[in-house]
Amino acid sequence: MTTAPVIPPEARCDGILRPGNTNCAGCGMSIGLQWLEQALDGERPTMCIPACCGIVTAGTFPTSAYGVPTVACTFASAASVATGVSSVYAMNEEDELTVCWTGDGGTYDIGVATWSAAAERNEDLLYICYDNEIYGNTGGQRSSATPQGVKTSTTTAGKLEPKKDIMALVAAHRVPYAATLSVAHRDDFMRKVKTARKMKGFRFLLMLSPCPTGWKSEPGDSVDLIDTAVRCGLFPLYEVYGGRRYRINARPDGTPLQDYIKRQRRYKSQTLDLDALQAQIRENWAHLETMARAFPAPEL
Amino acid sequence: MARELVTGNNAAGYTLALAGEANRKARGAICGAYPITPQTEIVEFLRDFKFTKGRVVAVESEHSAMGVCIGGSLAGARSFTASSSNGLSYMTENVFAAGYYRLPIVMIGVNRTLGPPWNIWTDQGDTLALRDAAWLQLYTESHQDLVDTILLAFRVSEDPRVLLPALVAEDGFVVSHTQMVVDLPEQEQVDRYLPPLDLPHRLRGKGVTVGGMIFPHDTERHRMEIQAAMDRVPQVLAEAIDEFEKIFGRRPHGTLSAEHTEDAETVLIACNTMARTLRNVVKRRRERGQKIGLIKAKLFRPFPRQDYMRAVGHAKRVGVLDRNHSPGSGGIFWTEIATSLREKPGLLLQDYLVGLGGGDVTPAILDEIVDDLNARTAASEPVWKEVLS
Ligand SMILES: Cc1ncc(C[n+]2csc(CCOP(=O)(O)OP(=O)(O)O)c2C)c(N)n1
Ligand code: SF4
Repeated sequence: MTTAPVIPPEARCDGILRPGNTNCAGCGMSIGLQWLEQALDGERPTMCIPACCGIVTAGTFPTSAYGVPTVACTFASAASVATGVSSVYAMNEEDELTVCWTGDGGTYDIGVATWSAAAERNEDLLYICYDNEIYGNTGGQRSSATPQGVKTSTTTAGKLEPKKDIMALVAAHRVPYAATLSVAHRDDFMRKVKTARKMKGFRFLLMLSPCPTGWKSEPGDSVDLIDTAVRCGLFPLYEVYGGRRYRINARPDGTPLQDYIKRQRRYKSQTLDLDALQAQIRENWAHLETMARAFPAPEL
Repeated sequence: MARELVTGNNAAGYTLALAGEANRKARGAICGAYPITPQTEIVEFLRDFKFTKGRVVAVESEHSAMGVCIGGSLAGARSFTASSSNGLSYMTENVFAAGYYRLPIVMIGVNRTLGPPWNIWTDQGDTLALRDAAWLQLYTESHQDLVDTILLAFRVSEDPRVLLPALVAEDGFVVSHTQMVVDLPEQEQVDRYLPPLDLPHRLRGKGVTVGGMIFPHDTERHRMEIQAAMDRVPQVLAEAIDEFEKIFGRRPHGTLSAEHTEDAETVLIACNTMARTLRNVVKRRRERGQKIGLIKAKLFRPFPRQDYMRAVGHAKRVGVLDRNHSPGSGGIFWTEIATSLREKPGLLLQDYLVGLGGGDVTPAILDEIVDDLNARTAASEPVWKEVLS
């Protein structure tokens, strides 16, 4: 006989993510949502979540794994629904935070026009993309966030095209703040959320979100994988203020790219070209360093 | 009450603005706005209106316009917008979402032909395509009918017994861009007519997920609740009309308007401005002693089947004028009316597809249709009554 798991009575149920949700083991969202909650110091935001794993996290009616007001939006609508919500909070003089919590599909693909317009209008939103580089909810298809050389159910030999540079796209909107988040760098994560919270307008956070199911990696490896992605230079940690002023938060430390690649079976493909990928990373860094030198954000 | 010469679109914009402003003591007003001919003047009017507590967001698409309305409504504001034709079809996903979230959003649908090929003239196919979206649908025949129906729509939609969005249709150009003398409401009257909105399921800080995942049986119950709310609409609408008369001193039409049907042997059914042309044709034929009547169709969702049963009375022949076309079927009003009248034995029910793409449906054309109907011994497949203009 098995006994149902019991939620301990001391568990917080009024935070963002309640215990007892259905995220896969090792899912980056589980860490990201808890850290978001901690960084917000008990503040209870309203969450606008489009179709994606993040809304499956909520569970089925009438339960809700989100302990805060949450709207399940249509796939492309997180930023438009959130615009409506935050506008009405503002006109009623309620200092409530509205958060968009979206996958890469909702951000890099179907929702581009929506968030781009919200960014252009500088809506008062905290937009967070948890980027697992795949359509997780629908069983693992490519998105434009999927890196070159990755196998998905719609790129069975491996993806040919490189990942879209969403941060550049966001920065081009000259929004007050854009930053990347790592679930292996807690202090940096906390500071960036707090920085974003203090600002007004459209704030964008991009979190590389480990997805053992889609990445064909070990759940226990998730945090270390992201740490490796940062160390090998694949996922730079940086901030962009006003779309122009750059600050780099961590630099590559010589960790080989292979340490990241070899632990994920999604990279076992015909199109993976490690040398090309390494060259891309070098170029990305050259570009980022140039920007940070030419247009530095004030020192912390 | 001010009597003014205004276009349909300005009258609609003005009425929406007053409805939004009437919620200033509650949680305000919100509108997601995006242009499309022949609707654009409505959102332009709203954009220029100085709301005490309200915001018009000029978004990048109709899909987002409805997204903003949804978010604003969930946060408790009175929400409204307007669109037409391809704008409505682009918006469709969120139109359904608004219905399923049970949000009392009011939208003006300025009827225009769907394309491509592009045609800006009136045709009800654009709004009728949204008939399954859990929205009320009301079709209006004139500027005054439009103004009055918008107010009724807010009142009925926001009634706790209903809580469903409402679409109010007006004919593109024929109403939207022509001027008529209209009794425009005063703010003070609208304030009395539309009490502050208190959406029971608005976001109130509680840890709930609105619109998350749901299993089949709960889905069935959700749909059954929507149907039950739809079923309550005729009663709520009747009450809304009584209250309307007390405040504004006139009585707008309800689910439909049956005219000269008591002794009619022939009855014609039409919505929007075609109903007005039809009224004149019927009047002249009545003067010549013909037993003819008309039904001006107004409420399309919910479809008031019983009212059609009653209104058709003892007529032997019923003709439906459809300015819309469901390819592979026929006129959309016709199929609904056929379902409504299925228990009338021996009735001859004929569909006429007329004025599609905005062709000018003149009295002469309607006369030809009436003659055709009266000469019939049996109904046929829908008749294409082409309009050469
Ligand atoms: C308009 C529309 N098209 C397609 C879908 C199906 N769909 C739901 S979630 C999803 C992919 C989500 O991917 P992503 O945003 O990366 O989030 P993830 O599931 O990986 O967390 C798709 C294609 C949908 N819900 N709505
Ligand atoms: S599929 Fe990936 S993103 Fe979705 S819940 Fe599982 S681990 Fe998380």
